[in-house]
Amino acid sequence: MATVTVDEEKTLEIKDLRTYFYTEDGEVRAVDSLAYDVRKGECVGLVGESACGKSVSALSIMRLIPYPPGIIVGGEIIFKGQDLLKVSEAEIRHIRGNRIAMIFQEPMTSLNPVLTIRRQLTESLELHRGLDKKTATEEALKLLQLVGLADAERRLGEYPHQISGGMQQRIMIAMALSCNPELLIADEPTTSVDVTVQAELLELMDSLRAQFGSSVIIITHNLGLVARHADRVNVMYAGRIVETAPTDILFGEPKHPYTLGLLASVPRLDLSRDRKLFVIDGLPPNLARLPKGCAFCPRCYLAIDRCREEKPEIEEVGEEHYSACFRSGEVQKDKWEHF
Amino acid sequence: MASDDHLVEVENLVMYFPVTAGVLRRKVGDVKAVDGISFYIKRGETLGLVGESGCGKTTTGRCILRLYEITGGKVFFEGKDLAKLSSGEMRKIRRNMQLIFQDPYASLDPRMTAGDIVGEPLLVHNLVKGREYKEQIAELFRMVELEPYMTVRYPHEFSGGQRQRIGIARALAVRPSLVICDEPVSALDVSVQAQVTQLMMRLREEFGLTYLFIAHDLAVVRYISDRVVVMYLGRIMEITSSDELYDNPLHPYTQALLSAVPIPDPVVDRQRKRTLLTGDVPSPVNPPSGCHFHPRCSMVIDICKEQEPELRDIGGGGEHWVACHRV
Repeated sequence: MATVTVDEEKTLEIKDLRTYFYTEDGEVRAVDSLAYDVRKGECVGLVGESACGKSVSALSIMRLIPYPPGIIVGGEIIFKGQDLLKVSEAEIRHIRGNRIAMIFQEPMTSLNPVLTIRRQLTESLELHRGLDKKTATEEALKLLQLVGLADAERRLGEYPHQISGGMQQRIMIAMALSCNPELLIADEPTTSVDVTVQAELLELMDSLRAQFGSSVIIITHNLGLVARHADRVNVMYAGRIVETAPTDILFGEPKHPYTLGLLASVPRLDLSRDRKLFVIDGLPPNLARLPKGCAFCPRCYLAIDRCREEKPEIEEVGEEHYSACFRSGEVQKDKWEHF
Repeated sequence: MASDDHLVEVENLVMYFPVTAGVLRRKVGDVKAVDGISFYIKRGETLGLVGESGCGKTTTGRCILRLYEITGGKVFFEGKDLAKLSSGEMRKIRRNMQLIFQDPYASLDPRMTAGDIVGEPLLVHNLVKGREYKEQIAELFRMVELEPYMTVRYPHEFSGGQRQRIGIARALAVRPSLVICDEPVSALDVSVQAQVTQLMMRLREEFGLTYLFIAHDLAVVRYISDRVVVMYLGRIMEITSSDELYDNPLHPYTQALLSAVPIPDPVVDRQRKRTLLTGDVPSPVNPPSGCHFHPRCSMVIDICKEQEPELRDIGGGGEHWVACHRV
């Protein structure tokens, strides 16, 4: 793994972010009082199940929430000292794709099918870096070589459908890196590719992070990925962060029943096959009708009356370790076997 | 020949799909989806089938169901050569083999109620009449931990995990002996994956089912299977017991595949040996000579480029088959 120095300097600070959607079902609080930091050179993992607000929080940073029905109701997103929610549309357009770049889940739907790879890559180079056509093409070629695409010169003239999913995702990474972004957001970057390609792509992102000192947010439901690549992990549930800690601590001593449940519910290659998988009963809540107390309470094995009545705030439970649970002291990893 | 405790026996299975070109759709080549594989599935066991996309794992499953006319080789089910059966006999036998699909959204008819989806196979095979029909459906719903009152709902009213349960109930409605599960949990969320995996394991015990479990997630496959077949570009690289798979993988491809899977424990994961595979899987239209894996293999020698390694049993004690010159 590439060694990356993490600075104290914050690249991104999200404070009390609230993104709501107004639908027929009523107010859907996709992201509710979300707060976290990303330091310079740091890789932050954002994990949780579908519809927990991971992607919406990323789109909020990029100010790409479709309105209507979505709207950022409140909060601050401070990127290098500047509140992204207060800048003009023209300014955010200058930041988006340039200083903050995003890699999307489905490369095939995010690439434009009628443009050649060359055009897709040179567009942002010409737009943001003011290069002329010829220099932009040279730069595009360099980028493709950087992301390890074989036969780069020929690929430039091809269209997205002519190449494999792994290559498409590599091109997405090349596009995202074309302007040396200070922050890279990767939303499920590898769900559509094979494990072998996944390993290669993430290795590549690690080495690029080391080279350019950018910060990375990896959004995923794959706990293994964050264990391997993230410096810090934020666990999201129903639009909030329920636990956050440096990677080793989060996996070593989880302090939220949901985190523990997630860890105990995945089959692991290195553990005995006799280990029974822990099953978190029930389904994630409907974000339009959240329970009064803790959102996880109906599925929680530690729930008490207080959890049903009161929403737990996120509190410090150890060094750089925070959990939003009244009973975090009683969450114990060695209780796995007793599930 | 098929032995008694082998429910399925596959001998030298070959499945090519023609590639056509031009206005006359002239045949210009073959996609060699499955290129001469042999294995068996014992009664009551779960056999896992893993490999990267395009390795032929789904095609293998479909050949066993005889959804394709196979190009070569033989498939025996309960000792009978499937190619020799008439379509009437095949229809009867197909009742004993069912399929669970990956995508619970695409595989259920949106205009049918959940109850009718589950009950349809019972009607097709003339297994029930009259009042029994409703009772059986209710029973099947309870079996997969759904409430019987849900039978009148339509697929879109269910969550992904519930839809997969409907797919399972439908497959089990006709009491099959073999269930081919094609990526049954990969489209589901982590917590729901565990629910469905546990359900499938419980049903296997309860009804004495035999599973062919096709998936790309090695951790899930190892967890649920008794033995695992590793495929690459239409061929089998290794067959081993699930315990051996992680403790003693012999084929360089299996090793690379395993090391690509991160373990959700950073301390353990850091201590593992990492072999990184580079490049993409070559095209199955024009697979490499000799061992199909040789262009990406870290242990390649000259013989690998020329001669196809034979799948041989080198297991001390249990069976452990591997196709590699360097083992």
